[in-house]
Amino acid sequence: MTLTLLTIHELGARFRSGESSSAEAAQAYLERIEALDPQVRAFLTVTRDQALTQAAAADVRLKARKPLGPLDGIPIALKDVLCTRGIRTTCGSKILERFVPPYDATVVERLRGAGAVLLGKLNMDEFAMGSSTENSGYFATRNPWDLGRVPGGSSGGSAAAVSADMATATLGTDTGGSIRQPAAFCGTVGLKPTYGRVSRYGLVAFASSLDQIGPFAKDVEDAAHMLRVIAGHDPMDSTSVDAAVPDYAAELGTGVAGLKLGIPAEYFIDGMDPEVEAAVRDAVKTLEKLGARAEPVSLPHTEYGLAAYYLIAPAECSSNLARYDGVKYGLRAPKARDIVDMYSKTRAQGFGREVKRRIMLGTYALSAGYHDAYYGKAQRVRTLVRRDFQQAFERVDLIVAPTTPNVAFKMGEKEDPLQMYLNDVFTIPVNLAGLPGLSMPAGFTRSGLPIGLQLIGRPFDETTVLRAAHAFERATDWHARKPPLP
Amino acid sequence: MSEPRISMKEVEHVARLSRLELSEAEKERMRRELDSILAYIDKLRALDTEGVEPTSHAVPMTNVLRPDAPRPSFPQDEMLANAPERSGEFFRVPKIIEE
Repeated sequence: MTLTLLTIHELGARFRSGESSSAEAAQAYLERIEALDPQVRAFLTVTRDQALTQAAAADVRLKARKPLGPLDGIPIALKDVLCTRGIRTTCGSKILERFVPPYDATVVERLRGAGAVLLGKLNMDEFAMGSSTENSGYFATRNPWDLGRVPGGSSGGSAAAVSADMATATLGTDTGGSIRQPAAFCGTVGLKPTYGRVSRYGLVAFASSLDQIGPFAKDVEDAAHMLRVIAGHDPMDSTSVDAAVPDYAAELGTGVAGLKLGIPAEYFIDGMDPEVEAAVRDAVKTLEKLGARAEPVSLPHTEYGLAAYYLIAPAECSSNLARYDGVKYGLRAPKARDIVDMYSKTRAQGFGREVKRRIMLGTYALSAGYHDAYYGKAQRVRTLVRRDFQQAFERVDLIVAPTTPNVAFKMGEKEDPLQMYLNDVFTIPVNLAGLPGLSMPAGFTRSGLPIGLQLIGRPFDETTVLRAAHAFERATDWHARKPPLP
Repeated sequence: MSEPRISMKEVEHVARLSRLELSEAEKERMRRELDSILAYIDKLRALDTEGVEPTSHAVPMTNVLRPDAPRPSFPQDEMLANAPERSGEFFRVPKIIEE
């Protein structure tokens, strides 16, 4: 039995029946990481000793028949933007190369409390800014389906690790598509919960009004288990919402009969890959056969979402990243004349090109004389994007669309920043509106690359999103395909 | 060629505000890239947003309050452990004020 192939629910069942142990699973994953990661390069840090210690502790609980829940003993990994006490957390940036957080992010604390075993920290675009993981300050991660292509980003390491069976599940973050786009490119399930569903305490901030943490998983049921553990109100994050957290996995089986699906015309555009469009239209037909009803909806401000996002996110980034000043933590440039010179040199040396570009763009958009014309305008457009969804959700229960216009692109192919940004045109509006969105595999191109289907729900209605995803998954076998790796 | 949306002088000003030291080559590249991004963003001008309220946050929320109860904070040594330079119980920084 190859333990690394199993889902959370399959592996958990073996743990609880005594057929396998968490120590065996952790060992199998560590061996696979050692063998495969020199090619895929998903991990920035492997926490071998801690994984084996945690697995041994889980085995004691499992043997005593007192598991902490469905995640007890399950090997997972985390995007390196989530603070882990005593474990280096770089955010993919040279400026934090030696940063060791003194505390765990709330999601990390919850996963530990549920018995999950930490295999390590995953590569990402620096400070989560990018769509290919080529902007990491360390190295680029590769797509397990084609090592010459990008895994997507910014959570590229989190997607690649699940896709290549180097972790049972992982966490990533999504500010403009950074969970859903890499999930689409790597053929995994990726869920961005509603803004406020999951505490951001200990998530190193990029754009605070958009950032949200969510899982990557091998199937929909696993995503439901992960969300259940990480969701819920946290007094340490005043933007986390005090709403009941359903038992998502228990509600998966209810099917889609009678569910109303909205198909937004604006998500089928000129220049998109015809194979992506065909796969998504087929997926809608599959859902209809399962009893859902599809109807067209309009989200007329979709084409303005990207432009608004590239003012709002950089504006928030320029403010959040002001903290990297070479004083409290991180890099400090030597030989400075005075403190301002030290700040400017430290930030010049520590940040990569994309991060500098966004700090500059955000500072410009907020600066005197431009604030209203740029930042203020973008916030008004954000209202219009949000209203589009509100109006659509008066008629339908779920919106079904492609996750990205195209499949995974070649490494080095998108040198121009704007071309890179355009990749996120279908994921960004969901962040602007704060809605839950899930990407799951819905087919493959003739060349063998995964295609992502995006399901978008009403605020805090992850249940319906997961339910429909589960029904689609049971009716197809896309999620069971594995990349051509040893 | 139309008038550039952002000038070299503005790039230098924004770099100063951002506390980013840029080389001459970086400044020119930055100007070009910001110019093309701003040209794309210009499409927002076509949209009438008169009377539309701005959204700063997707979930409607007002002030979130909690009881003002004292609780322990992080140990000083842990908070100083990541500092590039420290002096006893202080963060050490280069000179700030003129003598």
